[in-house]
Amino acid sequence: MSALDVDRLIDDPDTHVIVCCGSGGVGKTTTAAAIAVRAAERGRKTVVLTIDPARRLAQSLGLRSLGNTPKQVDVDGFEPAGELSAMMLDMRRTFDDMVLAHAGEERAKEVLANPFYKTISTSFSGTQEYMAMEKLGQLAAEGRWDLIVVDTPPSRSALDFLDAPQRMSSALDGRMIKLLTGPARAGGWGVRKVVGAGFMLFARAVSTIVGGQLLADASAFVQAFDGMFGGFRERARRTYELLRSGGTAFLVIAAPEPDALREASYFVERLSAESMPLAGLVVNRTHPVLAALSGPSALAAADRLEKSGDAPLAAAVLRLHADRVAVAQRERRLVARFTKAHPGVSVVRVPAMPSDVHDLAGLRGIGEKLSGA
Amino acid sequence: MTTPGVGWTEHIARARLHVVTGKGGTGKTTVAGALALALATGGRRVLLVEVEGRQGIAQLFDTQPLPYAELRIASAPGGGEVRALHVDAEAALLEYFSMFYNLGFAGRTLRRMGAIEFATTLAPGLRDVLLTGKVKECVGRTDSAQRAGRYYYDAVVLDAPPTGRIVKFLDVTRAMVDLAKVGPIKGQSEGVVRLLHSGDTAVHLVTVLEEMPIRETIDAVGELDGAELRPGAVIVNRVRPPRLPARSVTSAADGRVDASRVRAGLAAAGLDLAPDDLEGLVAETVEHAIRVQAERSAREQLAELDLPTVELPESTDGVDIAALYEFAEALIDQGVR
Repeated sequence: MSALDVDRLIDDPDTHVIVCCGSGGVGKTTTAAAIAVRAAERGRKTVVLTIDPARRLAQSLGLRSLGNTPKQVDVDGFEPAGELSAMMLDMRRTFDDMVLAHAGEERAKEVLANPFYKTISTSFSGTQEYMAMEKLGQLAAEGRWDLIVVDTPPSRSALDFLDAPQRMSSALDGRMIKLLTGPARAGGWGVRKVVGAGFMLFARAVSTIVGGQLLADASAFVQAFDGMFGGFRERARRTYELLRSGGTAFLVIAAPEPDALREASYFVERLSAESMPLAGLVVNRTHPVLAALSGPSALAAADRLEKSGDAPLAAAVLRLHADRVAVAQRERRLVARFTKAHPGVSVVRVPAMPSDVHDLAGLRGIGEKLSGA
Repeated sequence: MTTPGVGWTEHIARARLHVVTGKGGTGKTTVAGALALALATGGRRVLLVEVEGRQGIAQLFDTQPLPYAELRIASAPGGGEVRALHVDAEAALLEYFSMFYNLGFAGRTLRRMGAIEFATTLAPGLRDVLLTGKVKECVGRTDSAQRAGRYYYDAVVLDAPPTGRIVKFLDVTRAMVDLAKVGPIKGQSEGVVRLLHSGDTAVHLVTVLEEMPIRETIDAVGELDGAELRPGAVIVNRVRPPRLPARSVTSAADGRVDASRVRAGLAAAGLDLAPDDLEGLVAETVEHAIRVQAERSAREQLAELDLPTVELPESTDGVDIAALYEFAEALIDQGVR
């Protein structure tokens, strides 16, 4: 197993995009912010795109509210050699902007007012992922920064954001809605022959369940959307190509827990299947042992001290050390299982901070650990 | 365990549907599994349900991925059993259709065409209505043949979406706004609403003693109250024993650990450590103290919620099936029944 060298990655002028991905709750946003701060301080013109950051983390970057455009980070004590801008994704506005950019004024108005659009743009699972990718595409196209660090949405699965554009495409694709609203008319392409009366029944059932109004809205939406659709798909394809290019590096983030590492494994396999460039695995919140004393010796000594009752502090110190040795062993085992399955993936461990990180100093501290300092 | 919780109240014990939520990473699925085992102990039949397509239950019990069927996955002490069901919205929709419409063999073709997924995409609320609808069917099912008039399952444990999405998921009334105002699904969803808002349902919140999970727990309780859903117990997971004498915690957290006293104590136990290692032990002690202090304030915040609380210990070796049975026992010791 090789060590992941984050400094080499961020110092390389050919690295233009760093995507931090992983399952929920592993510290993706914090890692993305720490990398961005470090890159800026090492001279890169950096922008970080965060998704739903914790309030105090957002404040540490000077972000107070959702803003759909990057703002230069201006906090006391931060004078980077390069520069740093930050933004939080506003998914509804990103979607609105996309519609406005692709449709004529008339048509855009029609789409934005459609009730079905409201559903799709706020509660369709996958919209957030899709919009994160869309925003990444926009930031890259702007060309104002030479390094974009992206956090990914807190999905159920780390893979969701790769699949989101595709899912969105099939949802907005006109074929199915045409079938549902008028299966008789759409019968031309032979579907009816295949499923026959079953489909008619199905269409009627769907209409009974979701209601005629919703189907009518959806149908109107898809029609209005039709003209823009090619543009959407084209953009999604370009972003996908950007992700596959040599200037992009994926960092898979995990915590030393079986679920998070399993998810990291899936992700590593998927990236390789899609020929996407993986830079390495970041294992957050590890508990390295800080003193060379084995667990059993510490426990035996603690037993002796407790029997005599002389040195309660030393006994407590020995017990908490033994706990830590056990935790560290478990974490090592879990990471070893991952590296055995993926021997080519470089790994960096970031020790747990005793308390939550929510200021610049904390982010710098994480940046140092990421670079192995 | 410095503040033993109120434990499992009579109120919660009456519930037949136990919804388990929590922030991602707090061990929600593990707790749901342990709770199912605890409730099954003593000869009862419990169904453990998952709805997010993660196959977390199969991984927890170390079995093959679950199909859309109720399968026995574990036996509980005293002759009880836990069955598991992985509800998938598309399968639930097909099942639902077949109750009211005869789709014949078209179902599979429709699925392959993406028609089923499309229908659930069309109205995101439909997904949740279907998932909770299936759960309701399991809770309300009676088995007239063998145990006349009794419920088929003594309890149902739902490994639910995380705290950030739980109220939206359970608020079927709101989801129905998307859907038809008439027809069979309307009637079915009214039944779901009645169940979820009744004393038969308790929504348990899993947390660990850290700042963010505690905050999310508090927020979720507020949202549940707002939606008139009943919070059950707070289940504090991965509780680690405090090792330092209580009076030393504050000073140690400030970095004040008397290294010479530690060294003298170690010497008395026959340990002679290098200066670096002694320094390392002191650093570990400071980190431990900071964590214990954070856990204290987390407990104080939790106490303000005034909800029944039970605790599960950290399992340093990780969670395997043996650990699940231990957790179930710990829950029973704290009154789970």
